[in-house]
Amino acid sequence: MSFLTLDHVSHHYFSKKNFTKALDDITFSIKEGEFVALLGPSGCGKSTILSIIAGIIEHTAGEIYVNDQPLQQAELDIGYMLQQDYLFPWKSIIDNVLIGPKISHDQSEETKKNAVDLLNQVGLSGITEDYPDSLSGGMRQRVALVRTLITNPKILLLDEPFSALDYQTRLKLEDLVWELLGLYSKTSILVTHDIGEAIAMSDRILLMDANPGSIAKTFEVPVELRNEKPFLVRRHPKYQILFDKIWEKLNKNEANSLQHEVVESPNET
Amino acid sequence: MKHESDHQLFENYQRNLKREKKFVLVLQLIILVSFFGFWELASSMYWIDPLIFSSPSEIYSVLLDKFSDGSMLTHLQVTLFETVLGFLIGTILGIIMATVLWSSERLSNIMDPYLVVMNAMPKVALGPIIIVAIGPGYLSIITMGAIISVVITTLVVYSAFREVDPNYVKVLKSFKASRGQIFKEAVFPATIPAMISTLKVNVGLSWVGVVVGEFLVSNEGLGYLIVYGFQVFDFSLVMSSLILISIFAAVMYKIIERIETFLIKHTK
Repeated sequence: MSFLTLDHVSHHYFSKKNFTKALDDITFSIKEGEFVALLGPSGCGKSTILSIIAGIIEHTAGEIYVNDQPLQQAELDIGYMLQQDYLFPWKSIIDNVLIGPKISHDQSEETKKNAVDLLNQVGLSGITEDYPDSLSGGMRQRVALVRTLITNPKILLLDEPFSALDYQTRLKLEDLVWELLGLYSKTSILVTHDIGEAIAMSDRILLMDANPGSIAKTFEVPVELRNEKPFLVRRHPKYQILFDKIWEKLNKNEANSLQHEVVESPNET
Repeated sequence: MKHESDHQLFENYQRNLKREKKFVLVLQLIILVSFFGFWELASSMYWIDPLIFSSPSEIYSVLLDKFSDGSMLTHLQVTLFETVLGFLIGTILGIIMATVLWSSERLSNIMDPYLVVMNAMPKVALGPIIIVAIGPGYLSIITMGAIISVVITTLVVYSAFREVDPNYVKVLKSFKASRGQIFKEAVFPATIPAMISTLKVNVGLSWVGVVVGEFLVSNEGLGYLIVYGFQVFDFSLVMSSLILISIFAAVMYKIIERIETFLIKHTK
């Protein structure tokens, strides 16, 4: 049984004089504990899919099911990580981490203890009373990760969470996130435009097309790669084979579409 | 060839910083002293009419006189009380109105033209109506001090509310926050710097409202003293009141600056 299903989901953005179809007929499902990557050029509606699953925007057509129940009734607990950490600068680290529990009126000592433990686990001890402005980008994104995990979400939505970081920090954080999500066997969706990152982290890659956003092709990541840390995946012989396959397909899509937009090239090959 | 150590370089930097600061302060003092000195000189030499422009020594003796018989203190207290209260009411009411507008986009769309008109209208022109409606006295003067800043506060704070980074809201929405919680946790604290800058503007505005109010009805306060001095042709009294107003307006401004550095330590 699938955990989350998108069934012919479409989305339109309306403006006064115009409308654009951001998503066209998106259908896929995710099993519990699975890590899926949505890969595609900017503007293909990847992030829109996450916002729809998060319930932040309403899709205009189709249906979403969680455990075979429509999303609206399912009360899906989600964790959302954005491109940047978006820590609240006026709150201390511990208050930032505990914002989710605060909103759901859970301010027990146990949750606090959990928060400190999780911070320790991501290598951030003794900074609970500091403020975000004294932390580096990588540290801040780790705090954001803890903030996301503390509410024990059923599904994690990762919206290019590493894109604002420098390359080295990014590789380290990929490993950390991958390990933590594996440890707690979280169902996750990663949005990225980086082919390498998609292969390194996920079990399955949904390659997207732009204008309107749709799923062009699904790639299964070989089992040997799924169980390796992202950093090691990048050195595996099968990594390059899959990378080339996706690269080729991406370029073909680009050539087919009459878009003149330059598709962002992956940052590393 | 340079042989200075890191520490020496740093000391040099600090010394230059201090010297620059001292230089600015000295120049500021020179301007102050020469302004009053020249004024005194011009007045005593009859380059300017001392009856109209008074002189620092004359103002000093008026102030000394009025403070020692206690009358100035009363006037000062009255005006300060009215200004501070008008300022607080105007600012707080403006923030509340901005919050109400934020709570409903439809309401803010409906109210938009009325706010524009109310903002464009010169509020002091309402003075006579306020006095007739509320009655001559403290209340209408405080109302003047408040009304002059309330609409602009509403507009500025409301637009600041709307400019809060939507990603903060997104984070909170992912935790299923209500609109009230979003306001309390993200929108309001993110807007504090903008609110402080409206406070700085409002300080000046409230003085305008209160002084004009006192012109119109009062028999107490610094604004009253200015009008009274004008009527009896005692311009030393007018100047004394003016100087007191300037000093206390500046003090209020400085107090807000202090509050600012305290409040926005971690908002950037």
